[in-house]
Amino acid sequence: MAKSDAAVKVLGTWASPFVMRVRVALNIKSVAYEFLQERLWEGKSELLLKSNPVHRKVPVLIHGDDTICESLIIVQYIDEVWPSAPILPSDPHERATARFWAAYLDDKWFPSLRAIGMAEGEDARKAAIGQVEEGLMLLEEAFGKCSQGQAFFGKDQIGYLDITFGCFLGWLRVTEKMSGIKLLNEINTPDLLKWADRFCNDAAVKDVMPETEKLAEFAKMLRGRVRATPKS
Amino acid sequence: MGDEDVVLLDFWPSPFGMRVRIALAEKEIKYEYKEEDLRNKSDLLLKMNPIHKKIPVLIYNGKPVCESLIQVQYIDEIWPHKSPLLPTDPYQRAIARFWGDFVDKKIYDLGRKVWTTKGEEQEAAKKEFIECLKLLEGELGNKAYFGGENLGYVDAVLVPFYSWFYAYEKCGNFSIERECPKLIAWAKRCMEKDSVSKSLPDQDKIYDFVLHLKKVFGIE
Repeated sequence: MAKSDAAVKVLGTWASPFVMRVRVALNIKSVAYEFLQERLWEGKSELLLKSNPVHRKVPVLIHGDDTICESLIIVQYIDEVWPSAPILPSDPHERATARFWAAYLDDKWFPSLRAIGMAEGEDARKAAIGQVEEGLMLLEEAFGKCSQGQAFFGKDQIGYLDITFGCFLGWLRVTEKMSGIKLLNEINTPDLLKWADRFCNDAAVKDVMPETEKLAEFAKMLRGRVRATPKS
Repeated sequence: MGDEDVVLLDFWPSPFGMRVRIALAEKEIKYEYKEEDLRNKSDLLLKMNPIHKKIPVLIYNGKPVCESLIQVQYIDEIWPHKSPLLPTDPYQRAIARFWGDFVDKKIYDLGRKVWTTKGEEQEAAKKEFIECLKLLEGELGNKAYFGGENLGYVDAVLVPFYSWFYAYEKCGNFSIERECPKLIAWAKRCMEKDSVSKSLPDQDKIYDFVLHLKKVFGIE
């Protein structure tokens, strides 16, 4: 049996943007998989602890006998095992650019988005919002350069950077709802605003993008938990 | 500067810069090395890495590539035939990327804590630092290199920190070799290769640099 025919399982949660990346990538490749939902608030399953002993986090991809961890590493793995409908660009410099912005999103932008929700005091909140908005303007510019007039960062179809960024849209919308600020808007980020709609309506994305309402409720519950936990 | 020229904007003690030096040396690529003064960054650096304004920056065909892990993969893709750094099998590639990512997430920050802190904070950092090195030793197993029989991606990503080990040991008052003998044996094996030994500065020079930084930042 070819490796690509072995059973595929995704260990994850419906709310995690990182897990969503893996599901979108598998959908793009039309690869069937079993979604094993972790109930992280009840403690981590044995399967998760066994499959990802180093970080003990989701997502984990289980492909046959192999386990792969870290969402962007999983997406690249999926792209290499199932080469049809390529996710990463073929040109090495374009690939490096896509990886650069993916790292920026994970290391800088998403932490600043989360900081809005956790900010204590108006000054801290304003500073966090400023950082997110600044980042979005950089990404708007990057979109212009990468898309070259086409629909996605990946040009005519969803690619690596679309997946990396697009899977954060659920949480971006929750933050907009809870803060009352349109972070993506017609004035500063007109192209990204349109791109966001296109991404969310794509066949590979529609069924795995969580509803903003549901996510917002989940965020409230999480925040309640965090505040209830005594600080050591 | 011609279009085919390869330029590396770097800073001699940077372990991230060293990764790129090793990759270029493995591929036998001639390049122009430009030392940056980080207190007075060049116009070229600010133009080529406007987002982060950091070294290393690799410039090829007039176009910049930033972030050391991305640069190493880029170099491997542009010059695939000589000394391939990543394996060809997708699962083995994923494993290599995982451990490269692990080194990036842990080793620099923990090492930094070892030489910048004291007391309980330093002890905690030392403990976690050694735990991470032991995990890496486990991944190395009985192989000569993380890449198997030849130096590969994870080797290039991790071995630069070896040049900082003496500084960590002196500041933290511990012996890395006592805790992780296999890893030190691996590092010395890597240092037998010109691509590594010529890319890493002397451990004494790094220690002097750390002492200088401690003075500048007022760290005891």
